[in-house]
Amino acid sequence: MIRVNSLSKNFNNLLAVDQVSFEVQQGEILGFLGPNGAGKTTTMKMLTCFIPPSSGTAEICGFSILNDPLQVRTQIGYLPESAPSYDEMLVGEFLRFVAEVRGYSGIEMKRRVGMVIEKTSLREVENQMIDTLSKGYRQRTCLAQALIHDPPVLILDEPTDGLDPNQKHEVRSLIKDMSEERTILISTHILEEVDAVCTRAMIIANGHVVGYGTSDELLSQSLYRNSITLCLRNADPRKLLDEFNQLDFVYSVENVPDSREGMVTMRLFPKNKETISCQLEQYLCTKNITFEHFSVDRGRLDEVFRELTTVS
Amino acid sequence: MFIKGFFPILNRELLAYFRSPVAYVFIIIFLTANAGCTFMLGNFYDSQQASLEIFFLFHPWLYLFLVPAVGMRLWAEERRSGTAELLLTFPVRLTTTVFAKFSAAWLFIGISLLLTFPMIWTVHYLGDPDNGPIITGYLGSFLMAGSYLAIASLTSALTKNQVISFILSVIICLMLVLSGWGVLSETLNTVFPVWISDLVGQFSFTTHFDAIRRGVVDIRDFIYFISIIVIVLMLNVVILESHKAS
Ligand SMILES: Nc1ncnc2c1ncn2[C@@H]1O[C@H](COP(=O)(O)OP(=O)(O)O)[C@@H](O)[C@H]1O
Ligand SMILES: [Mg+2]
Repeated sequence: MIRVNSLSKNFNNLLAVDQVSFEVQQGEILGFLGPNGAGKTTTMKMLTCFIPPSSGTAEICGFSILNDPLQVRTQIGYLPESAPSYDEMLVGEFLRFVAEVRGYSGIEMKRRVGMVIEKTSLREVENQMIDTLSKGYRQRTCLAQALIHDPPVLILDEPTDGLDPNQKHEVRSLIKDMSEERTILISTHILEEVDAVCTRAMIIANGHVVGYGTSDELLSQSLYRNSITLCLRNADPRKLLDEFNQLDFVYSVENVPDSREGMVTMRLFPKNKETISCQLEQYLCTKNITFEHFSVDRGRLDEVFRELTTVS
Repeated sequence: MFIKGFFPILNRELLAYFRSPVAYVFIIIFLTANAGCTFMLGNFYDSQQASLEIFFLFHPWLYLFLVPAVGMRLWAEERRSGTAELLLTFPVRLTTTVFAKFSAAWLFIGISLLLTFPMIWTVHYLGDPDNGPIITGYLGSFLMAGSYLAIASLTSALTKNQVISFILSVIICLMLVLSGWGVLSETLNTVFPVWISDLVGQFSFTTHFDAIRRGVVDIRDFIYFISIIVIVLMLNVVILESHKAS
């Protein structure tokens, strides 16, 4: 597992990572979110002992990144941001090279290479030169490289960046499949990824941690949390606005523009972001108001993300 | 352990050399330049000597440009393509990685040097040469090439830009060649005590290689080149380490 303790990194005068602390347990997939330049890659480079921290420390499976970098590196499978690999090698050659560097040889080396080729579906390009691969295959080749020693900890920097929707889906299910006995940290700026793969998310901006929690916990910070969207036919919007505003469980109401003929769409924001669907339904029933559509919003991650990462 | 990861990295590097057309171009240039220097500049046939002294005479100058051309990509390329991030996060000591990459490039130059073997035939055809100086000459030349290469590896770690890396290593090597140059030591002698020019001369590639080239076997000349290689490569490790820190 990963334990990070007030890790900081200065580049000359720029504080790229500022006192970041967090923990990831076995079986967890922590999504590391943040706008470009937030410090995600820098944090990951410190965890993989590629660059040393300016201050603070971290432990990977009990090994300190400061005192035991070689041990740390045996525990980690790392997919760097640009998914680098050696262009002038065949995919199979490259994976055999990585296996050998990690100390495997003979049958064991072949077995491991075969295993990761299966896992990442690289069989058809095994004998292809890396510089002729498409982006998706390159990404998977580098991912395969990270899995060859069956590491307990995976650090993946934007693993789905630049992939098409099908490839994204494949990589995500691969990551999910592997998560059970592993500790995984993945960085991304794609918000849908949090719901799709992560058990927990951490939002970072300008080197600071600004948000942390499960996706539901993060969603609960949204303005739209538990808001209700109601579509009605042939109703008088002004009358409805007045009526809904009278309700004691409603904080505010807005009339959402609706392009459809004769349709009125209302959005009701509950007091204290509480669940009000039952109360509202009851009210609509007693007042005999019929509706076409009724939906409850869980909250919007993009809005939470923007809120957390833009206010200084 | 030092050895862990050494051979996989060395093999990969060698493979990369021979996959690239640049390697073959280099070998052709290396052989052509050697032949050109020996036969045209050195007037090999007119010298009436059945030895390779003239052949080796030009090596310090040939290496001045050819070896940095091989070495400039060692680290610069790794950093440019991002593969440094893989290579340096494997559980391998940095010292091992530096020596393995260096050794691959050195072997490559060694192979190019071995391909000059028709020179040996030629002297045997022309006369009855002494094989001892030929062997020590080749060995000395190989060690000297290693010293140039270590410097090129070091400058390659200093910058992502291969051209800057090339120019820097040419300048440093040139200084090490010139410091043994007779004209320089005479100039120094007019200003400083003799031991200063001697000391400067002791640091020169030329001083040590000239002795080896003439067939004077002094183990200290070999130790000189080996120490240069080891010291410069250790410096290379330190530079890479501090680069990571900044
Ligand atoms: N080697 C470096 N030298 C100077 N500044 C750097 C270096 N690497 C990253 N930075 C800066 O640190 C900040 C964080 O970058 P990064 O960790 O790459 O962000 P992210 O991965 O979240 O997009 C950025 O402002 C970036 O410009
Ligand atoms: Mg990044």
